[in-house]
Amino acid sequence: MGLTGIQIFKLLPKTNCGECGVPTCLAFAMNLASGKAELDKCPYVSEEAKEKLAAESAPPIRPVTIGTGDYSVKVGGETVMFRHEKTFVSAPGLAALVTTDEDEASVDGKMERFKACQYDRVGLKLRAEMFAVKDTSGDPAKFAALAKKVSDGTGAALILISDNGDVLKAATQVVADKKPLLCSATAGNVDAMGELAKEVACPLVVRGDGTLDSVIALTEKLTAMGWKDLVIDTGTREMKKAFEEQILIRRAALKDRFRPLGFPTLIMANEMAGDPMEESLVAATFVAKYGALIVLSDFQPHSLFPLFLERLNIYTDPQRPMTAEQGIYPINNPDENSPVLVTCNFSLTYFIVSGEIESSRVPSWLCVQDTEGLSVMTAWAAGKFSGETVGTFLNKCGIKDKVKHKTVIIPGYAAGISGELEEELPGWTVTVGPREASQIPRFLKAMKS
Amino acid sequence: MAFQPSKQTYSGQIREVTLGVGEKAVTVGGKAAYPFHGFEGAMGHPPRIAMEIWDKDPGDEWSAMAKEPFKDVLGDPAAWARKCVSEYGAEIIVVQTKSADPNADNKPAAEVAAVVKTVVDAVDVPVVVWGVANHEKDVEVMRLLTESCAGKRLAISPVEEGDYKQIGAACLGYKHLVVASSPIDVNLAKQLNILLGNLGVSNSDIIIDPTTGGLGYGLEYTYSVMERIMQAALTQEDEKLQQPMICNVGNEVWKCKEANLSAEEAPELGDPVKRGVLMEAITAVDLLLAGADIVIMRHPDAVKLVKGFIQKMM
Repeated sequence: MGLTGIQIFKLLPKTNCGECGVPTCLAFAMNLASGKAELDKCPYVSEEAKEKLAAESAPPIRPVTIGTGDYSVKVGGETVMFRHEKTFVSAPGLAALVTTDEDEASVDGKMERFKACQYDRVGLKLRAEMFAVKDTSGDPAKFAALAKKVSDGTGAALILISDNGDVLKAATQVVADKKPLLCSATAGNVDAMGELAKEVACPLVVRGDGTLDSVIALTEKLTAMGWKDLVIDTGTREMKKAFEEQILIRRAALKDRFRPLGFPTLIMANEMAGDPMEESLVAATFVAKYGALIVLSDFQPHSLFPLFLERLNIYTDPQRPMTAEQGIYPINNPDENSPVLVTCNFSLTYFIVSGEIESSRVPSWLCVQDTEGLSVMTAWAAGKFSGETVGTFLNKCGIKDKVKHKTVIIPGYAAGISGELEEELPGWTVTVGPREASQIPRFLKAMKS
Repeated sequence: MAFQPSKQTYSGQIREVTLGVGEKAVTVGGKAAYPFHGFEGAMGHPPRIAMEIWDKDPGDEWSAMAKEPFKDVLGDPAAWARKCVSEYGAEIIVVQTKSADPNADNKPAAEVAAVVKTVVDAVDVPVVVWGVANHEKDVEVMRLLTESCAGKRLAISPVEEGDYKQIGAACLGYKHLVVASSPIDVNLAKQLNILLGNLGVSNSDIIIDPTTGGLGYGLEYTYSVMERIMQAALTQEDEKLQQPMICNVGNEVWKCKEANLSAEEAPELGDPVKRGVLMEAITAVDLLLAGADIVIMRHPDAVKLVKGFIQKMM
């Protein structure tokens, strides 16, 4: 991938002036190759070399930003085929379709649900970011009005869909500063669409005829015209073939550094399924396998929520566990007599423990200690869930002001810390709870009776 | 010149494993390419959906939404299994022996095994028996069951490092399959397969259970471990990992809070049935994309959706 140190060295001035901070041009080239240095550090590098190096070091899948402000969506920039190799970086944008011949109540409903379907989860906001506005009437004024309504009403990033250049232009003029994604350039209109995209400086979708060759022809043409903020829609609407294309596109971009396919991809899930439930599975498939933007026919919470969770899971950094915030979590409306439980802040532990307490219906206080995302056993083994750390946390977190009793329940796997913890919490009783969260309801109910 | 896509080269293949006997026996495995990558290698046998039943009425442990389709059969495991086969087209039945759980009902092993036997006798499709992951109790139940159902090629699960000798030997003796279960870890999965091999269990009798995390509750760990197992098996010739995989999806997904909240409890999460169904179906789809050969599911609507998905992708 990229140029080797020797290849880069050949492009450098070879003066060994040392102004970049390392003594020789070769050493600097090596640092560039391994990503440890920036080319700007060399004051004497030629324009030609700069261009060549920039082209070679450009990300294999071009990063493209759609929209502005809160809901802007950054796609592309991916570097791996499998998420365990390195994190997937740009979670796909999710859009709902509205059209110019759709009745107003329907559009309003989608806009309302866009705003309502927002959920908090371990300090993250789960929500959709986009609307796809489609021209179905060929009326420029109507299309522009709808784009403006959706943009003003939601702030969402927009995909503007029309094969008619005049219609697209009308809407673009109204929301150009919002950086909408123009959709789409085809073999028939590529010149006009390319000019429009350049003129308004907005990213552009190329739509193929269901073959990768047709896509390549379009991206090559537009790149030659000087416009590179592109998104690929292969034109395929059949699941199996679309899946194959997504794999081949990403592989060509990453493994072969094949630039004409080095762009993020658009999936029109709304055109690929017979009903909304099936459509959700199409979307789910391409959340996992390489869709960068996914258009749905509607926003419905029962379908968005599972897709949000999936997107969160697939795009989580596999090297860094998700964590819950340190603190006291009241569950089932606890009072001053309710039991106090303590656990670690690995998000899965938190979800499962809090879920079990909730299902027990026993009002309780759950104290979550920061263990840097380690599970109870690992944190205990690493000294991050010891009598001392748990004691310090419980002394400081304020739980003592919330309850009258002096008993704390610790996880069964951390039974070994109970003696030390009792020393840290004078006058308190440390009770060892169950090892597995699934036994918590039974444990709490037994304690109560 | 036309674009020539670069192809992944594969050097390994997932082994074929047959569950059950007779006309309705099911063979899985055979993949010689990544899941659904039919454009560059053999996809092998299509993945299958198994439907789970419990050996007792789930009572409060299932939400009303999940119980609704089965409300006429919940207390009768054999009738429940028959319904899954005849009405919902289940190709494999999984009996979860929840009544054996020492931390709950703790039914005697003989009683548990007898109930499972009625299920095995009631259907002609293959049966997977899923224990409670308590080594002593599972060994007790599975010993009785493997004997009373000798030769049926049941798949016995979960067989873990702590009980593989006892359960593995019972499976070996009475000709059943072993579901080798390890806690979301490639190396532990491999190690358990080696241990089972040393015990004499044949490669044609082992299915891997990588341990399933539900959507929002650790799905990503299972997903990535399965992708790594696929990579090792198909491209790195790690022949101890070339076994089909099974995922206990329904049981995990329907355990989580958000799958069970009613419309009154969580109006912001929309239609509770569709939400639960999609949580289950999306988990299944992700795990199929990661390489599952059998997904165990609960809700008939989710089963139908995922069947449709598999058909479109094969």
